[in-house]
Amino acid sequence: MSQETTTKKSLFISSSPHFFSSENTNRIMYLVIVGLLPLTVMAIYTFGFYSLMVILSSLAGALGAEALALYLYKRPISTLLDGSAFLTGLLLALCLPPKIPLLLPFIGSAFAIIVGKQFFGGLGHNVFNPALVGRAFLLISWAKHLTSNWYKTVSVDAFTGATPLFLAKQVRAGELTYSISRFYKSYLIQNPYGSIGEVSALLIVLGGLFLIGLRIVNWEIPLGYIGAAAVSAFIFRGDVIFHLLAGGLLFGAFFMATAYVTTPLTRLGRFIFGLGCGFLNILIRMFSGYAESTTYAILFMNALTPLIDYYLAPRRFGVKK
Amino acid sequence: MRLLTFKGGVHPPERKELSAEKVIETAPLPSLLILPLSQHIGAPLAPVVGVGDEVREGQLIADSEAFVSAPLHAPASGRVKAIEPRLSFTGVKINSIVLEVSDSQEKTGLAPLTQADLTPEKIRKRAREAGLVGLGGAAFPTHVKLSPPSDKPIDTVLINGCECEPYLTCDYRLMLEEPEEIISGLKLIMIAVGANRGVIVVEENKRDAGQILNEIAEKEENIEVVLTKTKYPQGSEKHLIKAVLDREVPSGALPFEVGAYVQNVQTTIALSRAFWKGEPLTERVVTVSGEAVSHPKNLKVKLGTPAQDLIEFCGGFSEEPDKVIFGGPMTGFSIFDFSVPVVKGTSGILALKVGEIELGDRSNECLRCGRCLDACPVFLMPVTLANLTLAGDIDGLEAKGALDCVECGSCAFVCPTRRPLVQLIRYAKFEVLARKKK
Repeated sequence: MSQETTTKKSLFISSSPHFFSSENTNRIMYLVIVGLLPLTVMAIYTFGFYSLMVILSSLAGALGAEALALYLYKRPISTLLDGSAFLTGLLLALCLPPKIPLLLPFIGSAFAIIVGKQFFGGLGHNVFNPALVGRAFLLISWAKHLTSNWYKTVSVDAFTGATPLFLAKQVRAGELTYSISRFYKSYLIQNPYGSIGEVSALLIVLGGLFLIGLRIVNWEIPLGYIGAAAVSAFIFRGDVIFHLLAGGLLFGAFFMATAYVTTPLTRLGRFIFGLGCGFLNILIRMFSGYAESTTYAILFMNALTPLIDYYLAPRRFGVKK
Repeated sequence: MRLLTFKGGVHPPERKELSAEKVIETAPLPSLLILPLSQHIGAPLAPVVGVGDEVREGQLIADSEAFVSAPLHAPASGRVKAIEPRLSFTGVKINSIVLEVSDSQEKTGLAPLTQADLTPEKIRKRAREAGLVGLGGAAFPTHVKLSPPSDKPIDTVLINGCECEPYLTCDYRLMLEEPEEIISGLKLIMIAVGANRGVIVVEENKRDAGQILNEIAEKEENIEVVLTKTKYPQGSEKHLIKAVLDREVPSGALPFEVGAYVQNVQTTIALSRAFWKGEPLTERVVTVSGEAVSHPKNLKVKLGTPAQDLIEFCGGFSEEPDKVIFGGPMTGFSIFDFSVPVVKGTSGILALKVGEIELGDRSNECLRCGRCLDACPVFLMPVTLANLTLAGDIDGLEAKGALDCVECGSCAFVCPTRRPLVQLIRYAKFEVLARKKK
């Protein structure tokens, strides 16, 4: 080798490609968090300082559990800050009641990380959305705390301390005559009745559209979800607008059902996944004992994801269907 | 003009501005040429000269009896110094003729052909005699390509001027500087395969080249120029045919199956020269570029010229490179020794720095984001194939179409977690083929 072209530094050798897009895991995770920020700020403004404590408790549980798991599994501790545990903690907090006892968010998000995520093999291997696993765990273990502790409730006749969703159920059952359409506006702009993250349907949609615009979140799942929910509510003779705005449906459609790891790979598969979520969400909400239903609808569809991927592989180039 | 395109693919940074305006220069003759006896797809060659022999430029120095093979000619006059294994850009040693270049140069070659020789047989024969292979990178012997089965009529010849790999500008410069030769070569191919339509396909980012070609093509009855969107891998044979003719080459088949023929611009020029001027393939145009090269250039280079000679001619390294690549950044090979020579398939030598490239030395867990599915131009599920490769499931790999992979690298390019997707699939193809042979 001649003098001029020798290098002191060693050259890096690898097989092609040598070019990569600028996208990476951390950027994706933190952008989702950015998409949730307006909603989170609005929630703290609406529900007060205590709701911030709920969020912090959940974040502490998630990050603490992640650190512990990474240490025990001897995995690189650097992945603690990849944003995924932070996101799980935030997502869980946003679907909890604003006045929940502070220990529960901590326990829930720790459970979400350890059982929902790390037991399955960590980031990328979990079958179920960890935040929803955490919420389901809390819902089963502390049902009363998860279905009360609201910032504000409505009282109509015998039904005191109820959420609008609960009232809608009674109206439907014929036990109550009441116009639930009066909640449209508060659901849309500033909703004091539900979970922390349900504070504003408008901010949920805007945050979701922001992420869809950046191609971080796909559009197939939210479209399928909301579309199927609207059609189902209409068929089952529910108030379509109320059902789309109420409860965790929109939050679920944009932020929970769209988690990459637990949803199908193909675009068609994702749309079908969304349809299933929307249909089940309304079905459970209107015909089961639960007032809230987003959690179970999405978890159920998470379980179907491998099946959807198996049957909906794309048509290969040069192969006729 | 409507821009043609295909589904899938990616948009890597183009980086062609580094060398796009550089007129093709002739690189100085090096003192030593290293000529691997296998620089094409097919049977390796046997030398027809011995150590110590004096050879003249253009003289046949290695040949093979096999049909799928292409002979080699001395790129310069000199003395055969050795015939021994030498390092090639792939990182393995290949038996090579080492030629000591003489001070006095004397040229020989093939007899130029004339109008009277314009028959399919003579064009094919000339492509073989001249040692022509696809100069876009694949290095498939041209005479083999020019001999499609007689029951598969070809109606359209596509000339591939897409040059979709980042950095590379050699084909672009040739389209600007030698457009007549491209039209002339295209006519030869059309005669050889019996096609009555010729289309030169250029990506939108080379619109000026398209215009120059169009001015000449307008005088011809059956030849046109079309523009495609700038998207990688538009230059892939299958995707060129899909974009321009809207025909899908069936899985596992070759373009003649759908009546199409694709040839790279530089090969087309080489065919024209071989036919009309009797010049065997002894040189090619190579782009030397990258942020670590002092003066990026497009160089007319004698085959066998060591990379270091070209880098020096470009003013050496401006800064120490982190990666040096033979070919483009999407499909090229990283080299570790600058003595490796330019071969028929070498389109570029790139000296790159961290910042313009990422080393790709870390891989995280898959997020199942599905970006690789969107990027795959042959609609595979790269993540699934990669997982099957890691699981060693050869049956699954075959069933899921691993062999359809065109190895463009789009999946690994878009992966936010930098998983080595195409690398795993490339390995899987090897395993599937190995088992098929059994």
